[in-house]
Amino acid sequence: MAVTTGATLLFANSCTLCHAPEKNLVNPIDPTPAPDAPNFVDIDNVNFSYGKRPILKGITLKVPKGKVVAIMGGSGCGKTTLLQLIGGQLKAGSGRVMVDGQDVGKLDREALYAMRRKMGMLFQFGALFTDMTVFDNIAFQLREHANLPEDMIRDLVLMKLNAVGLRGTANLFPSELSGGMARRVALARAVALDPALIMYDEPFAGLDPISLAVVGKTIRRLNDALGATSIVVTHDIIESLQIVDYLYFVSDGRIIGQGTPDEIRASTEPFIKQFVHAEMDGPVPFHYPAGNYADDLGILRTLKSPVQPGVSP
Amino acid sequence: MDRKTIDLWVGVFMLMGFVALLFLAFKVGNLGSERNSATYTVEARFENIGGLKLKAPVKVAGVLVGRVTDIRLDGKKFQAVATLSLDKRFDFPKDTSASILTSGLLGEVYIGLEAGGDDKNLAQGDKISLTQSAVVLERLIGQFLFSKAAEGPDQPAAKK
Amino acid sequence: MIRGIQNIGARGIETVWRIGAMGRFFLLVLAHSGMSFRRIGLTIREIYFSGVMSLVIIMVSGLFVGMVLGLQGYETLQKYGAEETMGVLVALSLVRELGPVVTGLLFASRAGSAITAEIGLMKATEQLKAMDMMAIDPVARVVAPRFWAGVVSLPLLAMMFSAMGIFGGYIVAVLYVGTDPGVFWSNMQAAVDFRYDVWNGIIKSIAFGFAVSVIATFEGFDAAPTAEGVSRATTRTVVTSALTILAIDLVLTAFMLRDV
Repeated sequence: MAVTTGATLLFANSCTLCHAPEKNLVNPIDPTPAPDAPNFVDIDNVNFSYGKRPILKGITLKVPKGKVVAIMGGSGCGKTTLLQLIGGQLKAGSGRVMVDGQDVGKLDREALYAMRRKMGMLFQFGALFTDMTVFDNIAFQLREHANLPEDMIRDLVLMKLNAVGLRGTANLFPSELSGGMARRVALARAVALDPALIMYDEPFAGLDPISLAVVGKTIRRLNDALGATSIVVTHDIIESLQIVDYLYFVSDGRIIGQGTPDEIRASTEPFIKQFVHAEMDGPVPFHYPAGNYADDLGILRTLKSPVQPGVSP
Repeated sequence: MDRKTIDLWVGVFMLMGFVALLFLAFKVGNLGSERNSATYTVEARFENIGGLKLKAPVKVAGVLVGRVTDIRLDGKKFQAVATLSLDKRFDFPKDTSASILTSGLLGEVYIGLEAGGDDKNLAQGDKISLTQSAVVLERLIGQFLFSKAAEGPDQPAAKK
Repeated sequence: MIRGIQNIGARGIETVWRIGAMGRFFLLVLAHSGMSFRRIGLTIREIYFSGVMSLVIIMVSGLFVGMVLGLQGYETLQKYGAEETMGVLVALSLVRELGPVVTGLLFASRAGSAITAEIGLMKATEQLKAMDMMAIDPVARVVAPRFWAGVVSLPLLAMMFSAMGIFGGYIVAVLYVGTDPGVFWSNMQAAVDFRYDVWNGIIKSIAFGFAVSVIATFEGFDAAPTAEGVSRATTRTVVTSALTILAIDLVLTAFMLRDV
């Protein structure tokens, strides 16, 4: 599995998954991307609408192999939709979504499931299976997809948990974990099969600073140790700038900025600047569109009032 | 809740369900008392079957020996043809008669057989030739009135 | 006024749409049922939660219903000197109608709503989506076993309900009224025909099993992924199941009586 050097730093024998002699072993995860696809994920001029409402308008986005890429933007701008398009849960209206050389939109069910075995996804609130222990949650994919003996599964699960520092919680139920801990367990579950592509949907949302830093560093370490590619959808700019290789900014369904962390920090592009420096007003307006302030307050326009009328739309 | 406990309880559950089924079938219902015996069928023709229904009992001396399995109309002779399914354990002479009777005043309608004296017995597919149709109440009343009317003129003479 | 009519029309159309969606869902579940039988452990687990956990309520209710039938029946039958046929009354009422129908209603309220809540909650917390992203079909793994568990459990529970009810009737007849047990059972055996009464009742309970299971799993799967959505879905399961059971009962009874 994780063939790269440095894998031994975190968890040693993930290789056993691809050398297991059991029949029935689904050939799940070959993390070596197709040689002629330098980008693991290649989104090409994709449009997506939810009913009549356009969410994504002509998005073009590339995620190079082995890198951690952040997709940032305000709430509700289509970031989660992008992840769903990559994972094949949604089909683009037009354009192509290429993952590891294959057009996700054109895959049939079997091929899509085979593709998904190469992916791991961390959902926003963890989405752990509440009727199973932490151990069973992580063992779930191992048991369903790889026909391994139970003691091997036990070792693998404990190693994954150790990588996120939660080996001691193996027998607890998700309801007994704190938010941050649940998120980390979900992280361990996302990488249970050593996927080639790991997607994170708002991994930092609602975490305390310590957990935040832990999750951030773990994302980076996991990516490098597994030789995987990671996509982080978030609006936490500070943490992102510290751990990612490249960032995309999405606003109103379009990419309005991109670059390496240094480029972003130095950018003078208004939206990026507003985002990075957390400014109150800029391209993303403070005021939701409204009528004339003076009119709303009932102040007659003829009166020369010292109060300035509000921002007009 | 481990696997063993669950499997055990589900097993108990299915067993209880099966026991309930057997209970309903044999203790409550009439399965087993009739189904097991092999049967042979004979035909009987009637002018009027009255209230005879499918699955009506066929009794000899009040004992159940079979059931009515088919009732149809002979379109040419306009007679009712009833198919009787009789228990193979019992043999009846060829001149056995079949009557349509009612058990009790308002009870269910059944076919009663009275054995004849023939040497040969009824076999599969034979016909019972001696039959008595059901009593139709209106006809009975009509007969009664008719016979009363026939007697009528004598009575005034007797009274004198 | 116009609004009222529009509303009724809209509700009617929505109901028809739901029935269609439920039909398609039923076919979807059937198509994905392979795993429920290959990995029978999944289904067995769900039979435990739907069937075994309903045992107490079903058997106790059955006993009470049987005893009430016995008492009520006795009160009327004794006026015609027919107390000895009380067993027949209890048995036929239970086996033909009350067993399947009341069991169906109780099952829908207890197990059906639990199934809906479970599946709905898994949907609301994105567990089903997570499973889908792990390349494990949620319909095959989560929905289908619960469906088949319901189909298997309901007929068994209905038979146990009827059996307990007859036992309740026996208690009233023999211990309270003083009927001779032999007469009690022989009258019953003479009047209850396996093919016509018991078997028809079983067919009804199988039909109800399919209906309640489809409704419960569909409402859960289709629930809006919020707390309110799940609660509305469980209510809908109970109400829709009740109406559907009674409607199917009407149709089947009409069909079955035609045999006579």
